[in-house]
Amino acid sequence: MPTFVYMTRCDGCGHCVDICPSDIMHIDTTTRRAYNIEPNMCWECYSCVKACPHQAIDVRGYADFAPLGHSVRVKRDEEKGVIAWRIKFRNGKKDMDLLAPITTKPWGSGTPQLRDVEPPTQEQRDSQLLYNEPKYIRFDEGDIHTLESNGLKMKEGVDY
Amino acid sequence: MKYKTVIEDNIDVLVCGAGLGGTGAAFEARYWGQDKKIVIAEKANIDRSGAVAQGLYAINCYMGTRFSENNPEDHVRYARIDLMGMVREDLLFDMARHVDSTVHQFEDWGLPLMKNPKTGSYLREGRWQIMIHGESYKPIVADAAKKSADQVFNRICVTHLLMDDNKANRVAGAVGFNVRTGNYHVFKSKTVVVAAGGASNIFKPRSVGEGAGRVWYAPWSSGSAYGLLIGAGAKMTQMENRIVLARFKDGYGPVGAYFLHLKTYTQNGLGEEYESKWWPSLQEIVGKEYLDPEASHLSHRPIPTCLRNHAFIQEVNAGRGPIHMVTMEAFQDPHLEEIGWHNFLGMTVGQAVLWASTDVDPKYENPELTTSEPYVMGSHATGCGAWCSGPEDLSPPEYYWGYNRMTTVEGLFGAGDAVGGTPHAFSSGSFTEGRLAAKAACKYIDDGKAEGIKVSESQIEKRKEEIYKPMETYRVFRNEITAGSVNPNYINPRQALDRLQKLMDEYAGGVTVSYMTNEKLLNIGLKKLKLLEEDLEKVAAENIHELLRAWEIKHRHLASEAVVQHTLFRKETRWPGYYYRGDHMKVDDENWHVLTVSRRDPETGEYTMEKAPCYHLVDVEKDQADAA
Repeated sequence: MPTFVYMTRCDGCGHCVDICPSDIMHIDTTTRRAYNIEPNMCWECYSCVKACPHQAIDVRGYADFAPLGHSVRVKRDEEKGVIAWRIKFRNGKKDMDLLAPITTKPWGSGTPQLRDVEPPTQEQRDSQLLYNEPKYIRFDEGDIHTLESNGLKMKEGVDY
Repeated sequence: MKYKTVIEDNIDVLVCGAGLGGTGAAFEARYWGQDKKIVIAEKANIDRSGAVAQGLYAINCYMGTRFSENNPEDHVRYARIDLMGMVREDLLFDMARHVDSTVHQFEDWGLPLMKNPKTGSYLREGRWQIMIHGESYKPIVADAAKKSADQVFNRICVTHLLMDDNKANRVAGAVGFNVRTGNYHVFKSKTVVVAAGGASNIFKPRSVGEGAGRVWYAPWSSGSAYGLLIGAGAKMTQMENRIVLARFKDGYGPVGAYFLHLKTYTQNGLGEEYESKWWPSLQEIVGKEYLDPEASHLSHRPIPTCLRNHAFIQEVNAGRGPIHMVTMEAFQDPHLEEIGWHNFLGMTVGQAVLWASTDVDPKYENPELTTSEPYVMGSHATGCGAWCSGPEDLSPPEYYWGYNRMTTVEGLFGAGDAVGGTPHAFSSGSFTEGRLAAKAACKYIDDGKAEGIKVSESQIEKRKEEIYKPMETYRVFRNEITAGSVNPNYINPRQALDRLQKLMDEYAGGVTVSYMTNEKLLNIGLKKLKLLEEDLEKVAAENIHELLRAWEIKHRHLASEAVVQHTLFRKETRWPGYYYRGDHMKVDDENWHVLTVSRRDPETGEYTMEKAPCYHLVDVEKDQADAA
């Protein structure tokens, strides 16, 4: 559903241009507001809709199969860590509000800085282990799985 | 030329494409290379790029070894069955033994994973899938990668890899252009991890007009992983193994949670179960080894995705469509109904828009399904990609040349869709492959393998000229005509894409021919692809945005040619339901229980094809008993 931009709400801030994965939200040089320059390369991913600080961007279902008169709106809030959706059917019979969490931590606080963690030993470098392994794979003291530990071997051919 | 040249030098690990594979590589590289220079080049904005830009409602690859749910070899066997035997089991085992540590870290980072209140383990959707609230999956993972990288270059379309001028077949970095400023970017690097994604929009889509963007895989997945690797002369594998998806019609909304969690099921237009009646005739094509419904029923062994597609396609062609998903039972439960909608909002909003616009309430109406146009990728139920080395402790000699996930070009690594033979990696497995590639890349550097790399000025200049040629073509010939897009000297990127899609559809087994092809058709297809290659030298770009599209179509073209070459080479119908070789309508294990490997000579464009042995994991004890 390609996105479109309401003339009276857009102030040309460019948040949508910055985020669009398909590079199709551009600023019109005459109106100095954003618009979708290539609707048939729009995935309806809603990245721009979520990024717009003025709720100026909406979506109208693809003309080749979606009739007019529906609405799927969204508000994403990183501070509260939730996303709220409202779906309205064309015939007015269904009007749903749906809420989902987007994170369990204060936004941006959960990821580590690996430059500052204890550097890997030579033994770890020579092993098959990745960062945080094996402790992040299993609860016990065991190592990662190998062919030997699991009683397996590689055999060529159809027979298996 | 008005555009500046921006050179980034002395990079240790360059990551091309920051989807799930690329973010995994950048993240892990920092641990093994705390003093190394790690740089990301991403075509869009890392916060919302790649196939997971929109979010995901499930992580489809999680073993649960911690909870004694599965061992890596269980997943290998599952992927092997689903892909009709054609997988790289060393790479799959390796991915599966590490993937849980990836998922557990995602939880640490704040990704909301649903829990099973009874057991405390994650809420299972199916044997391998766990359910998540994944709207912000990508920005969360991107945050980890951003912390690890020295620099993230957003909006850089990487067009080519740089090659070492001192030592043949060794990578030296990459080049591309900034889609905002137009500047030429040169990245000189000791190693490169290509994680630039699989390909949508190679085959003509079912949709027309605006809806052409509503493809199953993201429209920005331009097959650049393949374009870059093939262009550098890396060997590819299983490129014939395109995938067709059975999905909700038009919106291509996912069906996994519907089947597995909501327990919905399919029926034909008459309200009948239809799959089982196709099994006897299908068994004649694939043999009992690959389709044994009774054994599947008893052991819960899944029926391969392609074979279920086959039943779908045959039933529709027999005139008993449409195929419906029976949702009306499950959706009477308000909790399940809510999950059904959340499932779309978390990863395919367009399907919710479609149902809202057509007043399809799955509580009162069973929605239609369809089979999609084919896609070329390597992390879902298919394994296209580069021929990569496996890890030292797992791989047989034919699969091992020193560094895990390294392609046949030295210093050039792959992750996610870029790596061939590793289906069912999905998001978590792709991230894990990125981590494995990054560790190996750091080791490659520490072993002194990247010493003495030289990139000549002439190579840099040659690429620059090549990159901007479409704009030059436009400038020179635009004013020969009054206005419009019809010009005898050039075609624009959209016109080239339309041509590619039409010929791939008609000659290489797209939807309009019910996925059917044969040797004659494929040879015509190859001829037309060569002509398109010539015309792509004359593709014209009016502006930098069109230049992006021009390079995307060039990458798609390289990927397509590999698909046709591989499809031609494999003289059997290995995956009925993905595509059919009409001239070889059976699985032929005697000749084709092998992996297909190709190389395109970067100088001449000539293809060479070879067979590589297919190794399988077997139980040591059982094998000894068999031998005795």
